[in-house]
Order: sequence, then C-alpha cells, then structure tokens
Amino acid sequence: MTAARGGARLAAGAACALALAGCLRDLDPYLDEGRRHTVAGGEPGAAPEAMRRYGCVSCHTVPGVRGADSRVGPPLAGWSRRRFIAGRVPNEPDELVRWILHPQGIKPGTAMPDMGVSDQDARDIAAYLFTLR
Amino acid sequence: MPRAPATAAPLRRRAAACALLPALLGGCVGTGVQDVLAPTGPQAARIADWFWISYALAVAVFVAFAAILAYGLLRARRRERRGEPAELPPSHGRGLVIWGGIVVPTAILLTLLVLSAYTDRRISRLGRGPGEHPVTIQVVGHQFWWEVRYRDPANPHREFTTANELRVPVGRPVRLVLSARDVIHSFWVPNLHGKMDLIPGRTNDLVLQVDEPGVYRGQCAEFCGTQHAKMAMLVEALPPAEFAAWWERQLRPHPTPVDSALARGHDVFMQNGCGLCHSIRGTEAHGSVAPDLSYFGERRTIAAGTLPNTRGHLGGWISDPQAIKPGNRMPAVPLEGDDLRALLSYLHSLR
Repeated sequence: MTAARGGARLAAGAACALALAGCLRDLDPYLDEGRRHTVAGGEPGAAPEAMRRYGCVSCHTVPGVRGADSRVGPPLAGWSRRRFIAGRVPNEPDELVRWILHPQGIKPGTAMPDMGVSDQDARDIAAYLFTLR
Repeated sequence: MPRAPATAAPLRRRAAACALLPALLGGCVGTGVQDVLAPTGPQAARIADWFWISYALAVAVFVAFAAILAYGLLRARRRERRGEPAELPPSHGRGLVIWGGIVVPTAILLTLLVLSAYTDRRISRLGRGPGEHPVTIQVVGHQFWWEVRYRDPANPHREFTTANELRVPVGRPVRLVLSARDVIHSFWVPNLHGKMDLIPGRTNDLVLQVDEPGVYRGQCAEFCGTQHAKMAMLVEALPPAEFAAWWERQLRPHPTPVDSALARGHDVFMQNGCGLCHSIRGTEAHGSVAPDLSYFGERRTIAAGTLPNTRGHLGGWISDPQAIKPGNRMPAVPLEGDDLRALLSYLHSLR
C-alpha cells in the first residue's frame, strides 16, 4: 500500500522534473545566449587538478576548484558568458587555449605569466572554464 | 526456528567486517611521506617498534577483558536457567580482582615504563659517541617558516643559510640545533624522529639519521599562530657524495645576471625592498627576517610547504601573500605585469 503510493509520488515528481527540464531546455538559448562552446580534445574533468598544479588557483577564484579563492586576477565564475579575453580578443575556445599557453602573445605587459602549460592541459582547462555559466 | 540463522548470518558478517577493519587500516599505514609507521631511520624505527609493542599489549588487554566479560555473562545466564541466583557472594572471584585488577596491570605498566625508558636511551645515544662528528644544522623557527643554517665548525666560510627545505646525507647522523625567533614551534618529521620543541631563548637538539634517499615531509607540531597549519618543511636525504656536491654548490655566490630579462628581475628585486627582508648570496640583498632565497629555484615548495614552486603559484604569492597565508609577515608587493614576470624568471633562475 505505502510502497504503491510512494511509487506514484515518485513518478509524479519525475514527470514534473522532466517537464521543467524541457522548459529550461527551450529557454536555454535565451538564458546563455546560445554560447555553448566545446573545446576540441578538452576533458573538463581533468582541469581542477591541473589548475592546482600549475598555480592558476593562486590568482583566480574558480567555482568548483578547491583552494581557488584568490583575487589577484579576475574571478573566472560565469566564464562562458564572457565576451572578451583580457579585453583584447573574442572569448572563443581557440583563443582561450592560446591565452592560457602564452598570455603575452595576446596582451603584452599582462601580469599573467607563461606557466609552461602543456597543450593538453590548456585544452582541459579551457573546456572546464566553458562549463562555467 | 528458521529465523535463527537469518539473524545469525548478518551478525556473523558484521563481526567479520569488524575483524577486517584493523587489517584495512593496516593497509593504509606505512606508505606516506609523513607517516610515523613508515620509519626510514633508526630513531623512528625504534619509536615505531615501541608503538607496535604497546599497541599489541593494548589489544591483548582488550581481548582478555572481553573474554572475561563474555564468560561472566554466559555463566550468569546458565545459573539462572538452573534456578540458582545469578549473583555470586562477594567473596567469590577475589583472586580475579587481585590478579586481573592489580598484579597484571601493574606488570603491564611497568613493562611499558621500562620499554619506554629503554627506547629513549637507545634513541638518545645516536651520534653522541666520542669521535663521532654528525653534520650540524641549526634550525630556527619563525612565524611561519623554518630558517636552516648549515654549520661547519672548522671553517665558517663554508657555512650557509637556506629555508624550509633540509637536505641531509643518507646513513650519517645529523644533529639539529633547534631554537626559535618568536614563539614556541616544534620540529616533527614523523618518518625520521619524534617531536622536539623550538623555544625562544634556549636551544634543544635532536640527532637523527635517514637510512634511505627520499623526500620526507615535516610539520610544525606546536601551535604557533594563525598559519601554524601552513608551516611545513621537506627533508630530502641525498647519497653522501651528492650531499657534498650540493653543499659546494650552495657556497657559490650569484653573479648579477647578464640576460636582459633576468637582469630586469634582479633590479625589480633590489629596487622594491625585497632585499630588506630576504637575502641572496652574492647580491646586495642581506635581509635576515624572511627566508633566504639564494637557491630558490631549487626549492620544491613556496611559503613553507604551502604550494608547489611553479611560476603560477609564485606569481600569486608575490602579488597577494595574505590571500594564500593570511597573517604571515610578507606584504603584497604591487608590481607592473612585466616587472612581475621578470621577477618570477629571476627567482626561478637562482639554482
């Protein structure tokens, strides 16, 4: 008896959640303005460890990365909604990878150093940043 | 009747799980770089031996106690079933009280006392015999870092200072002379030895020996202020020949760099007052209240074991040390981007 009622309630809840998810998906292009970038060959799951290893976390606040709460450089929350990188180039995946590898190449004089990031790590980090909404 | 095995089986399973737990815990110990139960020197090995003996005794006492308790409960139940009174007269079992409550505990405690004194004697004899000349390293505790001075009584020109990382030769006694500049700290590298306090106004010493090359981590073990938790150190044990070569290298002063980027970093360091607190041998930087940076490029970590020594972390540390280790003594140094990057290159070139 109680199991059946619980099951019904669960089903109703699931249906509601599905309907809501459907609505949100329809709204998505308006909510994030269609900016949903993927970075070729980038594995976002590997990024937090890499960001701690290279030291990104000592300057940037990055949601979801333990220990990243500094304010030396700009906070990276909501990265996918950024329009520019360093106020210079459009925020596109390839440009972001290029920025992470060699910031001087995009903005000479920037305080952000080359950190000797490998190409794969740069792709992983870029992929992760584009998951931040 | 059919219910009995159904309850007995989970119980048995739970008992088996409990029995497995120590074995699982056992699998966790003895592998770390900061691990009392992974001794890599005679001192720590003796301390670990003592720990295992007292642990075995404690387990034996627990098992014996549980067995006596179970026996008493079962016997009371049996007597009840037979219609006899469950409680025995007070005179009964006096022998158990005398033996189990007085004689055996006294014997166990005396054994532990003797073992403890014996362990202490064996530990404190290392490197103190006549004709033994251990490597002498002075370690001074500061809020919140370690000053490390290598001593050469025969020739003061062969002495030098470094910070937060100790290098020691494998297989040779090392005498650490411990003191503190500000408050009480405590030196503790669990793989190598027990703790020893660093006390302002007096010196303690600790002799240890590392038997295997490797890197071991230590930690300040006496609360010393807000950043006590981020006051760590690394001890790297090198084969004797490598240690001697490393010592020689440390004695070389750094010439002013010729490379233009490094020269700029050098100038940034000297012109922004870094040298009032830090020193770099061979330059005009002679500060002594902050870590010596003479061979900073060789260090594995920055801020006393807080972060890996990478360009990224170092840039963040110099720009805002208070964000990383709030309450430490280093102020933020406002620099232009180009100057900051030049400074990072210069500091990492010191090797």
